[in-house]
Amino acid sequence: MVCEYKWLENRLRTRSSTGTRRIPGGHPRPADLPTPDAIMFSSIRVRIILILAVIGFSGWYLYSNYQQTGSIVKLGLDLQGGMHLVLEVDDPDGTMSLEARSDAIDRSERIIRNRIDELGVEEPIVQKVGQDRLIVELAGVDDEERARELVGQTAMLEWKLVRPISQVEAALSRIDRAIVATLGADSLRALGRAVEVSPEEADEVADLLFRTDPDQEPAEPEEEDPQVVDEEAEAALQELEAEADLAAEEMALRPFTSLLLTSDGDGEFLLLNEDFALARSFLELPEVQAVLPREISLQFHWEPVAIGGRLYRALYVLERNPFITGEMLEDATATRDQQFNQAIVQFQLSRAGGRLFGDVTGRHIGDRIAILLDNEVVSAPVVRSRIGARGQIELGQQDMEEARDLALVLRAGALPAPLRIMEERTVGPSLGQDSIDQGMRAGLIGLVMIILIMIAYYRFTGVLAVLALSVYVALVLGGLAALNATLTLPGIAGLILSIGMAVDANVLIFERIREELAEGRAVRTAVDEGFGHALSAIVDANITTLITALILFQFGTGPVRGFAVTLSIGIIASFFTALYVTRTLYLVYLRGKKAQDTLSI
Amino acid sequence: MKFWIFRNARYPFLEWRKKAYVFSATVLSIGILAMVANVILIGNWQSYGVDFTGGTRILVELPEGVTEAELREALGGAEAPPVSRFGAENEFTIRAPAEEGVAAEVVANRIRDQIAASPAIGEFEVLQTEFVGPTIGAELQQQALLAILISFFATLIYLAFRFEFRFGLASIIATVHDIVLTLGFLALFRVEISLPTVAAVLTIIGYSLNDTIVVFDRIRENLNKKGGRREDPVKLINRSINEVLPRTVLTSGTTLAVLLALLILGGAVIRDFTIVLILGVIIGTYSSIFVASPALLEIQKKFGTKEEAERKKRQRSRKKKKEAIPV
Repeated sequence: MVCEYKWLENRLRTRSSTGTRRIPGGHPRPADLPTPDAIMFSSIRVRIILILAVIGFSGWYLYSNYQQTGSIVKLGLDLQGGMHLVLEVDDPDGTMSLEARSDAIDRSERIIRNRIDELGVEEPIVQKVGQDRLIVELAGVDDEERARELVGQTAMLEWKLVRPISQVEAALSRIDRAIVATLGADSLRALGRAVEVSPEEADEVADLLFRTDPDQEPAEPEEEDPQVVDEEAEAALQELEAEADLAAEEMALRPFTSLLLTSDGDGEFLLLNEDFALARSFLELPEVQAVLPREISLQFHWEPVAIGGRLYRALYVLERNPFITGEMLEDATATRDQQFNQAIVQFQLSRAGGRLFGDVTGRHIGDRIAILLDNEVVSAPVVRSRIGARGQIELGQQDMEEARDLALVLRAGALPAPLRIMEERTVGPSLGQDSIDQGMRAGLIGLVMIILIMIAYYRFTGVLAVLALSVYVALVLGGLAALNATLTLPGIAGLILSIGMAVDANVLIFERIREELAEGRAVRTAVDEGFGHALSAIVDANITTLITALILFQFGTGPVRGFAVTLSIGIIASFFTALYVTRTLYLVYLRGKKAQDTLSI
Repeated sequence: MKFWIFRNARYPFLEWRKKAYVFSATVLSIGILAMVANVILIGNWQSYGVDFTGGTRILVELPEGVTEAELREALGGAEAPPVSRFGAENEFTIRAPAEEGVAAEVVANRIRDQIAASPAIGEFEVLQTEFVGPTIGAELQQQALLAILISFFATLIYLAFRFEFRFGLASIIATVHDIVLTLGFLALFRVEISLPTVAAVLTIIGYSLNDTIVVFDRIRENLNKKGGRREDPVKLINRSINEVLPRTVLTSGTTLAVLLALLILGGAVIRDFTIVLILGVIIGTYSSIFVASPALLEIQKKFGTKEEAERKKRQRSRKKKKEAIPV
């Protein structure tokens, strides 16, 4: 021991005489003389205990995460597959104030959460962001259509009385005039022509041209005179032309009523399903709504009905105000009607609702009542007897799943306002799995490359660095688990950057130690100097990046945030590993060494 | 044998700075030209993905052997939305722009129906659908830009506090250089700007800053050594860059090795993203040596150092004192 000190003191004396040793501004280091072993051992012990404690915490978080969710770190939807929706209050006219929209989103959040809970998605996220937006994340959903329907459906249920069509007859001609006045006769004429010359009509002409019509099978097809075909086609075309002219005139005179057909049912019109979109857009015109009688509304059935091989839509004449709404609903269950083998939803009204329902149905036996969901008529049964608090909605051709979902959304309640899907991202489960597998493999190979480079370049010191980096990986994963953060693709970017910085911190230290050794310093001094001098670069680089990460977190959304979170965790972990773990490993490594031994670096 | 790359290197980096300026200026001009060309040709300076423009993006896996032409045919021939191959042989991305007044799921369903109706295709799987309303993308862009600007400001303050103001300014110049260069590359190759691309650009900012600070740290250290302030700044900066060169090469090399592994094995989902990162590492390393350090020198030449300013101030006050004393 004594001779070791002597040697070192001599050495120090010769070095300081050259005048290049001390750096002004550098902190005074007791390391000029080796720390007494007793202190060092205890400090090593404290260090190791602290490191093990931190690793233990990470491990515990990872384990408890694994227990709860089956994976150590929660993966984002872009990696594991699922559906991400951003919803906003649908307010095309801009009539709602921000507070009203914000309030509607608050209430919708609860309702949508209730609906999803019944869907059985694991750990769904329903979250209000900003003032008026709602994020819904459903992992591993495979039926997007259904999920979208469950989340986005307003589910406003109403019961309205059906009025006889005589109540609107006077209004119909006013509607026609309003449409003509609004859209102009010429554009309506053009519209009528386009509707008439539909693909089906064109097909008929084609049939004639190529003679596939069974009624006009020629006797000798081979000796066909092309001119006859042409003439017939010509005639058909002319006929079509005439029909189109007629349709155009009709459309210009009676744009709406020309679409309507009479029906057997009370209080309803029928129209061809292909005219449905047109008729609906006519009815949506504010000028048309203005000429409707004040107490009446015209509403469509929610699905087409097939009569004699053609599809029709029913249009009902209803009282404008519902006599009862879904707010009075207490329960709804889906069942199958054994007699007609159709899906039905049975509902149970509150007591007040039941009384009201009994009242109205009692007064209108023999009349029809329409049940509307989101302004579309689901069914319009005839009242046979007085109905109390219990009733049912017939769903016609819908399957059981549809009925179950309807019962579910009715139970959870209607959204306070219609919501619009602003953004939707769906990643199929297979793509998610593929990208996880590939990413994992690539990441592992990347790590192996780091290990190889570090060990090839720094030898045993490289091994220490690899040990430190494994602590780093454990810390980052533990940090993600502890913060319950989700790992997304941008998050991986943050991780790569922070791994780079962790490696960089080690490289900075080791290069510095090498430099010090090359200048002829003793091993322990060189190590101390190395750590001391690398410190400022590591601190400044890490803090600058951390500042950037925190600002990105504060001002960014979605992916930018994911990036910022993993980057911040990574920087803190890399800071701790480089300056504390690597140092401790070095202290352990140096403990058994004499000063004149060489370092494997 | 011990590896020690670039040990005692003495490259005259700063003497090469004129060449570096020409190189940077050329590459930057190419990038900016590409942006201008994009504005004229595709109507936007970058080729924004649906994340920013709004619209529908669908990723489908078709049976083996179905060609892109067949898919395009199924989607309406000449009127088909843009289709491109994605990763594996039989995966295709379809991008449909947002349509006024048409709900996006309607667009998505229509595309699905069109593919299903095609006899040439048969069984297919939808791997991914994305629909983004147009307003969200604009907001995201604004926020990202705001965040970057604020972080520049904060970095400047921190570096001015820890180093000197000129160090902060030089590192911001280098970072802006890197961002513009990267954006120019993205514009030139019309890499689709999506959310992961934005994350990659943010990573470049982080990497570039890190690299620059390591070099600046050594310059600061050498400046603070005895006689450092009086040394020729060109020599001093050169020496500093050369001293950290082994670290620069080793760190960049290791990071590049990881990124190459991700590029080759990571799959199509992260390919664009990895390419941008690789580019960023190269640009970041280049700029810490050839942009940030020369910028530091030029700032010093133009505005002088802190010491010079202080010396002048002292001289001035001394002068004043002299004047004040009556002869």
